[in-house]
Amino acid sequence: MTRKNGWVAGLAAPVMIAVMLLSAGSPRVAAIDQGSAANAEVKIDNFVFGPQTLTVPVGATVTWTNKDDIPHTTVSTDGVFKSKVMDTDEKFSYTFTKAGTYSYFCSVHPKMTGKVVVQ
Amino acid sequence: MTDKKQDLIDQKLQDLNNDGVDRRGFLKCMAWAGTGLVWTLSGGVPVSRAFAKSGGKDAGKDASKNGDFSFVQISDSHIGFNKPANPDVTATLQVAIDKINAMPHRPEFIIHTGDLSQLSKPSEFDTLDQVLKGVSAKQIYFVPGEHDMLTDNGEQYLQRYGKGTKGSGWYSFDQKGVHFVGLVNVANLKAGGMGSLGHEQLEWMEDDLKGRSASTPIVLFAHIPLWTIYQDWGWGTDDSEQALAYVKRFGSVTVLNGHIHQIMQKIEGKVSFHTAMSTAFPQPAPGTALSAGPMKVPADQLQRVLGITDVSYLVSGHSLAIVDSPLGDSAPLASGNGAGRS
Repeated sequence: MTRKNGWVAGLAAPVMIAVMLLSAGSPRVAAIDQGSAANAEVKIDNFVFGPQTLTVPVGATVTWTNKDDIPHTTVSTDGVFKSKVMDTDEKFSYTFTKAGTYSYFCSVHPKMTGKVVVQ
Repeated sequence: MTDKKQDLIDQKLQDLNNDGVDRRGFLKCMAWAGTGLVWTLSGGVPVSRAFAKSGGKDAGKDASKNGDFSFVQISDSHIGFNKPANPDVTATLQVAIDKINAMPHRPEFIIHTGDLSQLSKPSEFDTLDQVLKGVSAKQIYFVPGEHDMLTDNGEQYLQRYGKGTKGSGWYSFDQKGVHFVGLVNVANLKAGGMGSLGHEQLEWMEDDLKGRSASTPIVLFAHIPLWTIYQDWGWGTDDSEQALAYVKRFGSVTVLNGHIHQIMQKIEGKVSFHTAMSTAFPQPAPGTALSAGPMKVPADQLQRVLGITDVSYLVSGHSLAIVDSPLGDSAPLASGNGAGRS
């Protein structure tokens, strides 16, 4: 995935999306698995961060919304960001100013993990 | 303790060598957990029989004349939760307290195995304290759940309920020769992991148990189960093996947990594991829903899937009898719940 997107780094978002669609070899079973720059949103539901891996450009703001009926948190495993506890319908946003891969998890239910790829 | 219950238990103790229910029968009996079973555990051999809850002709009688005593485990009160699965968790907690107060024998103390609150809010802890003020038992012991550590790494929990505890709230105490160990496995959780006890607590536990006679009955209690029930949902503790190694040499070990909002039991050698129902809302059985979390049932069935656990210690058999009873009517629960996640 990273390899496909790598060579279009720096181009506008719509072009990135077009390239992803064109280069998709086989249909993806779960379309929510991979997000693109246009969706700077992560929905939390059923103990899952969706999409689990979100790719955004440098400077993008990602917003997590808890649609579950249980509170969750979003905590970077490297101490980069840490949300307050989010009850149902509450949100947390973070602006990614540096490129990199940011792994995070829910500190209340640590089996829930996700990743934001910033490039 | 009522005469009837004492008779049942005495009978079981005599019967143990001839009439032990085998493991398959044990598991079948589990489906009847909602009716209120008397489990007699001695040397790891389980024997069970349905226990008819009789009126208390010995109401108020203190069972401690020969060192026997009982306590009640409640769990997962989630004060502050207000979604469809149970819009009024304070009311169902009150039902649990009323039920405890109506028991024919007064429990020595209550153990709350965590998730006292829903969001670690001061008002939620206040409400809990208010309801618990009315319970007949003179003492309540707590361990935190992950919902009690949400805003301040458990600082508030420690201030309110952690006097005399160490680290994130672990401690031990003795009651009539039984050694109780309260463990915290909801602090400093690591990404991708389950519950965790941590080095410091394990070292403390090893030291705490050192030198105790192997005939001392041990009760461990912690929020998240200390055995792996369902890894995908985080229902287990990553480093519990070490803790269980420390209690391996003891003749009778009982592990009481919460977190999963349903009854699960397991016997392994001399160790019996038990999880309690919640007083707030049920959760689905492992793998039967998209995820864990609150499970909605028809309103008239709610009190049958919430409950308390009465544990009696009998000096004569060095054993603990565990009785789970639902808050509502004692009609047997169907094994498996039909309703889905809300």
